Amino acid sequence: MIPAKFEYMKVSSVGEAVDLLEKHGFDAKILSGGHSLLPAMKLRLNRPEVLIDITGISGMDSITEQGDEIVIGANCTHSQLLRSELVQKQVNILAQAADTVGDVQVRNKGTIGGSLAHADPSADYPAVVLACDAVIVAEGKNGSREIAATDFFEGIFTTTLNDDEIITAIRFPKIAKGNYQKFYQSASRFAVVGVAVVRDGDSVKVGVTGVSDTPYRATAVEEAYAGNGDAAEHAVDDIEVMSDHFADVEYRSHLAKVMVKRALEA
Amino acid sequence: MGNYVGKPVKRREDARFLKGAGTYTDDIKLRKMTQSAFVRSPYAHAKILNIDTSEAKKAEGVVAVFTAQDGCGEFGVPCGWQVDFKNGETMREPKHPLLAKDKIRHVGEAVAIVIAESLELARDAAELVSVDYEELPAVTDPKKAMDKDAPLVHDDWKDNAAFDWCIGNDRAEVEAALEKAHHVTEMEFRNQRLAPNAMEPRSYIADYDVNGDKWTLYTSTQNPHLIRLLMCAFALGIPEQKVRVVSKDVGGGFGSKVYHYTEECLVTWASKEIGRPVKWTSDRSEAFLTDAQGRDHVVKSKMGFDKDGKIVAHLTDEYCAMGAYLSTFAPAIPTYLHGTLFQGVYTTPLIHLNVTAPFTHTVPVDAYRGAGRPEATYLLERIVSKGAREMGIDPTEIRFKNFIPPFDGVEQEGYQTQVALQYDSGNYEGVLKKGLEMLGYEDFRKEQSEARKNGKLIGVGFSTYIEGCGIAPSAVVGALGARAGLYEVGQVRVQPTGKVSVFTGSHSHGQGHETVFAQFVADKLGIPMDDIEIEHGDTDQVAFGMGTYGSRSLSVGGSAIMKSIDKILEKGAKIAAHKLEAAEEDLDYAEGKWTVKGTDKSVSFGDVSLTAYVPHDYPEGLEPGLDFSSFYDPANFTYPFGTHIAVVEVDADTGRVMLNRFIAVDDVGNIMNPMIVDGQIHGGVAQGVGQALLEEVVYDEGGQMITGSYMDYAMPRADDLPMIETANTVTPCPHNPLGVKGAGEAGTIGSTPAVVNAVVDALAHLGVTDIQMPLKPQTVWKAMQN
Repeated sequence: MIPAKFEYMKVSSVGEAVDLLEKHGFDAKILSGGHSLLPAMKLRLNRPEVLIDITGISGMDSITEQGDEIVIGANCTHSQLLRSELVQKQVNILAQAADTVGDVQVRNKGTIGGSLAHADPSADYPAVVLACDAVIVAEGKNGSREIAATDFFEGIFTTTLNDDEIITAIRFPKIAKGNYQKFYQSASRFAVVGVAVVRDGDSVKVGVTGVSDTPYRATAVEEAYAGNGDAAEHAVDDIEVMSDHFADVEYRSHLAKVMVKRALEA
Repeated sequence: MGNYVGKPVKRREDARFLKGAGTYTDDIKLRKMTQSAFVRSPYAHAKILNIDTSEAKKAEGVVAVFTAQDGCGEFGVPCGWQVDFKNGETMREPKHPLLAKDKIRHVGEAVAIVIAESLELARDAAELVSVDYEELPAVTDPKKAMDKDAPLVHDDWKDNAAFDWCIGNDRAEVEAALEKAHHVTEMEFRNQRLAPNAMEPRSYIADYDVNGDKWTLYTSTQNPHLIRLLMCAFALGIPEQKVRVVSKDVGGGFGSKVYHYTEECLVTWASKEIGRPVKWTSDRSEAFLTDAQGRDHVVKSKMGFDKDGKIVAHLTDEYCAMGAYLSTFAPAIPTYLHGTLFQGVYTTPLIHLNVTAPFTHTVPVDAYRGAGRPEATYLLERIVSKGAREMGIDPTEIRFKNFIPPFDGVEQEGYQTQVALQYDSGNYEGVLKKGLEMLGYEDFRKEQSEARKNGKLIGVGFSTYIEGCGIAPSAVVGALGARAGLYEVGQVRVQPTGKVSVFTGSHSHGQGHETVFAQFVADKLGIPMDDIEIEHGDTDQVAFGMGTYGSRSLSVGGSAIMKSIDKILEKGAKIAAHKLEAAEEDLDYAEGKWTVKGTDKSVSFGDVSLTAYVPHDYPEGLEPGLDFSSFYDPANFTYPFGTHIAVVEVDADTGRVMLNRFIAVDDVGNIMNPMIVDGQIHGGVAQGVGQALLEEVVYDEGGQMITGSYMDYAMPRADDLPMIETANTVTPCPHNPLGVKGAGEAGTIGSTPAVVNAVVDALAHLGVTDIQMPLKPQTVWKAMQN
């Protein structure tokens, strides 16, 4: 449980972090909560030469109301999110999901920005940002840009972030009604299936994590719901479902339908 | 009883543990100490073609790199128990080398040790050792290991069997009774492999002192003297008196730290080679790959009943994995610690168990909490419940019908089983009756039928277990193949001031001996607990010891201390009589003083102690000093028993099992400290529930362990468990001075089948008769679909 050698740098601004990313390229990794990165490094499955610690950047751990949106700094920890009155009131589904992440230690250290950038296919937040139509704000050498959640996840542990970009904030529209349902894996407590449902009048938006190697918007469910069909039955339409010794394709597909149904009925 | 025994005295050791102030082996740092890292095989079965250590030897901070070519290759660690084949052929006992030389036999087997100035440098250099392997096909399933075309783990023999074995009545007789039985219940299942997961990983420091040609080995073990004996006499061939083994604070063992491991032997050898202390501490990944594991039986069983539900015969065939090599006690686990419990608490007249024990391309299997007895209990308690359901008999009724009637082992004789053992004392109806009261059985059945109408799946499961512990009479185990005696040593040294040091060969790695032992010593001597110190875990301090496992510390280790206290009081009485100018037989001893009967003339324990060490006015011919050591060899095993009841709810949509209630009524004989007994039961139940619902070591076809971290190996957590409702009955053990039976393993042995029976009960109306452990949501859901 000893990582390979690396250099550690703590930065105090986003610009500084971006400069270092540009300089070190693939050899560098951003460190925020470290609760996915450090275990992988200790097993020497991941061996970056440079760690850029962004936890010292001021203002990146704030939660603010900006017009119709709640803006979450990328360095906000899971604990911060689940305890924030603003989040509880305006994006309650995010607080619900934050409360299911890991254990107390993980929630106190891990961050939303780190989790999204890591893009673990079984993480909780991807379902939520997809269902909320949240926007991920990233900064790189060419300045700041906004990425729609639906354009963000590309595959297992991969996103559309450029190599020189870091997530600085996530913008959530205010969500009146949402529900997150998680079926956790007994060992890791990651999601075997996680389903986020956001209601908007008579329509719903459904984000699903854990089922496929990339989290997805269950558009087939959304359409069936609008058409008063049996929406949950469409949870894995056209989806390549993952398999492991906790949940094979048949069972995971079934669970996805159950969790969609529960989230829709909640 | 006195001031302490029977009371929930708080654990004295907890002050340092709760403050993080314990001294575990890895906390020890010696002058000029080096650190080490192992190069381990990524393959389950492979030929080693070449090992190149040249780059590693040149790396920064490297002190030495050793492979099997470097002198340690001639050594191997021994097995401590011999079980020969039924046909008389000697047990196949392959050499268990300190480092693999030509062939790899399980993932994680070590091929080289890298010793460096720091752990970081050792790890970095270990990556520079280059090993060429030729991968070979592997077999990890114990039944498949006996297939004709199975890959051989050891080429010296024509198949993978280490031995085969049977116990009980004549097989033909049992088969004939099954033919004639009114009803026969059959089961086939896997008692899955488990990883022990002690919180503290194994850790060793070997320190060779060139001036005295002596070694000190600091080791996280459950039995320091046995490690010294095995390592000196059977592994390295070094004189025993030259080696001191120290094992003070140890963070859990559950059996996995009983055995003499290759790593501790190798660092001892290496320390002399380099003339410096060598430390190795396992990390969690290595613990999964190299700590001896538990269970791993493939079981096929038949139980016959008469028309009233009385059991008439029981026949079982099992394949029980040994792993790649024979670990220290491995052959005893699926045999003498398993087959001897097939009587259970029932009057079954005919029993036969046949065991085939193959080598497999896996880490070795050995004793893990309960060791052989959980596997026996699981089978018995599942098949009795299954039989009851098939015959339309209530699961509690079938148990009452078949129970061995109560016997105390004093007025009534012990119960002679069909499988060698004689039970000491028991009241099996008593624990079930008490459990049913706590449960409110009738109300539960009403609630269950209501719930079913609403599609809610709830169930109750019973387990009425017995176990054999307090191991063990030396002559008996010797006759059964043990290569050691299983007595214990207890020394009581009264200091001149009347304070007492107790040296025990038992070893505490969480059990609370510093408290419990002091409680009964204080009561017996009539002095405060604060005047008593319990010392353990150092071969230079403690005369000898066989260590702690098999729930033996109080019944065997405690009894040895009791013998020494008797000797102290006998000699003390002589000194007291001299001081009081009275005859010994006219003295009473109580509350820490000798009093002349019918007078107020007395002398205190402290006065007598001082006189023993300042013998100016002293009985003629009596030796000075007050210090006695005793060996206690038990007359029999002890047989705790109990009833465990689980109440579960199954999520109909997902198959997730929720354990809503767990009732444990245990009879562990006399209870010294009810809080510690409760704690042992709680921990044991958590591990038993872990096996039922969550835990399994999974190997893939190639022999890779795919559950090698806590991301994939599911341990029970606090929120997986309800508040555990405990109660006790007390049936004293008739053959040891404390009347105690042992509480360390009961929780694990009793609990597992109760949980599985409860889930089957919840789903029975859907046609479910059996589910394979662990009861993962997926497994339960699939059982419901079929």
